[in-house]
Amino acid sequence: MDLSQILLGVHFSNPTVLASGIWGITAASWREVARNGAGAVTTKSLWLHEHKGHANPIIISTEHWTLNAVGLPDAGIEKAREEIGDYNHDKPIPLIASIVESTVDNFAKVAEEIVKLHPDFLEVNISCPNVEDELGRPFACSVVDAAAVTKAVKSVSGDIPVFIKLSPNVDNIGAIASSCADAGADGFTVINTVGPGMAIDLRSRMPILTNKVGGMSGPAIKPIAVKCIADVYKATEGKKPIIGTGGIMTGEDAIEFLLAGASLIGIGTGVAYRGEKIFKLVCDEMKKWCDAEGVKDLSELIGGMHRRVSGC
Amino acid sequence: MQIPLQTRLPETHRIASMKRETEFVTTMTLPVSLGAKPGQFVMIWLPGVEEIPMSVALDDGKKLQITFFAVGDTTKKMALLKKGDLVGVRGPFGTHYQWEKKEHLALVAGGYGAAPMYFAAKEASKDGCTLEVFIGARGKEHLLYEKEFAKLPKTTVHISTDDGSKGFKGFNVQLLSNLLKEKKHSKKKPWIDQIFSCGPERMLVSVSDLSFQQKIPSQLSLERYMKCGYGLCGNCVVDPLGIRMCTHGPVVDNVTCRKITEFGKCHRDALGRKHNF
Repeated sequence: MDLSQILLGVHFSNPTVLASGIWGITAASWREVARNGAGAVTTKSLWLHEHKGHANPIIISTEHWTLNAVGLPDAGIEKAREEIGDYNHDKPIPLIASIVESTVDNFAKVAEEIVKLHPDFLEVNISCPNVEDELGRPFACSVVDAAAVTKAVKSVSGDIPVFIKLSPNVDNIGAIASSCADAGADGFTVINTVGPGMAIDLRSRMPILTNKVGGMSGPAIKPIAVKCIADVYKATEGKKPIIGTGGIMTGEDAIEFLLAGASLIGIGTGVAYRGEKIFKLVCDEMKKWCDAEGVKDLSELIGGMHRRVSGC
Repeated sequence: MQIPLQTRLPETHRIASMKRETEFVTTMTLPVSLGAKPGQFVMIWLPGVEEIPMSVALDDGKKLQITFFAVGDTTKKMALLKKGDLVGVRGPFGTHYQWEKKEHLALVAGGYGAAPMYFAAKEASKDGCTLEVFIGARGKEHLLYEKEFAKLPKTTVHISTDDGSKGFKGFNVQLLSNLLKEKKHSKKKPWIDQIFSCGPERMLVSVSDLSFQQKIPSQLSLERYMKCGYGLCGNCVVDPLGIRMCTHGPVVDNVTCRKITEFGKCHRDALGRKHNF
């Protein structure tokens, strides 16, 4: 079974993608992720200027969930130029550049700078749930704001496809996706972390995360991700590719995401649960499942649940 | 490497004791075992303040000890804590020192690197290893764990100080180098089987060079800015390998260490920006 596909003109040797904010902060680490079998990497969210993250503790986990309030730390555009420039010299797998900013105008500015570095896709992070104290309600929680950011980024992105990273923490994710699609979005990353959530230490009676709240990821959020992927796929009539992210641990989880409508599979927290070999493990498990079920091509699976439900 | 998941959520414990080692160095004892091995680290959380990585100075199955230098905001606050105060801990994280039974080991400890080296010495001596311990510090008042090392069986303690106030005047690595010559160490007739080291990075570079030249395998503890401790945030990646020092380190063998081109030259801060040493 060949797991490769061409999506919006970019070749992916397999559908696994390192999710933003995990591990990949340097060119060297993106290459190491590639050596571990990923089909593509996503950068940490890149800012125009230096942005401090939250103080430790920033990430905590149990076997079911992970809470993170890393707080989007970044050294700014100079470091992005240095690292992506280095990566472009010897690029083993496609690079998706995640960008973040605090205003619609600044989203356009950072996008304009990052586009010059020729990433394969732009991923627009309008949905981080752990910086609300600083940035207010995420743009991804409003059809108007989400579309405004999409339009601003699209106005400077040229021929680089723009993926909008959506939040699950909304009443109607399909409506947000439709609104972004109308504003020109080429695809979606579904979903960012859930909540935010909180964990309290019993003896000290204090929230464990310094930021008090953090976005929830890990195995427990997978059903929410599946539902959101299905909603976005339906709302955009399967015409916009989706990077399905949220709770992927195994090849069977990945198949479920494809059936819901994802074309690529984001792996983030799973790196801590199964180690860096998770990309290879998920691919091997997908191949094994497909071979056993007689599936010959990923396109048979992508959006398969919708076709079955509608009787096509 | 798979790490048991329950250790990724800090659990608070009441401090069993605080022992002042030197003017700036304190050992904190917590009444809990995490099954840590020598060279591994834990994340110590002061509720409402911050959480920082700390090398384990001892985990004997009943209690956990860390020895720290009150140098930053958080460690200065830690030094003021008292018996009974609450401290959170999660871990252990990362790799650890490894040896074979009855090996002849040289342990090179600089500054508060003496604490994890003592843990390694204590455990290795249980396996019948013979130990040459090289403790180095700026001056005699900064020497750590000297008495504790001296109590271990089959252990010789070699002291060096930068100012010559005790023992050899100069660096501990020079003292080890001198002894290797004196003992006519060679690959055919080795005096030392392995070198373990923990301390300032410029000292580790000297150990790495000596180990490479003398063809003695070594394991070095490489410190980078760690946040999550279990491989997610990526803040502790090193060039050009892209490996995370919280999972592939902090203890790395010298072969790997010498592939890390930033070793001894630069490291990254909390924003991922490079700084020279």
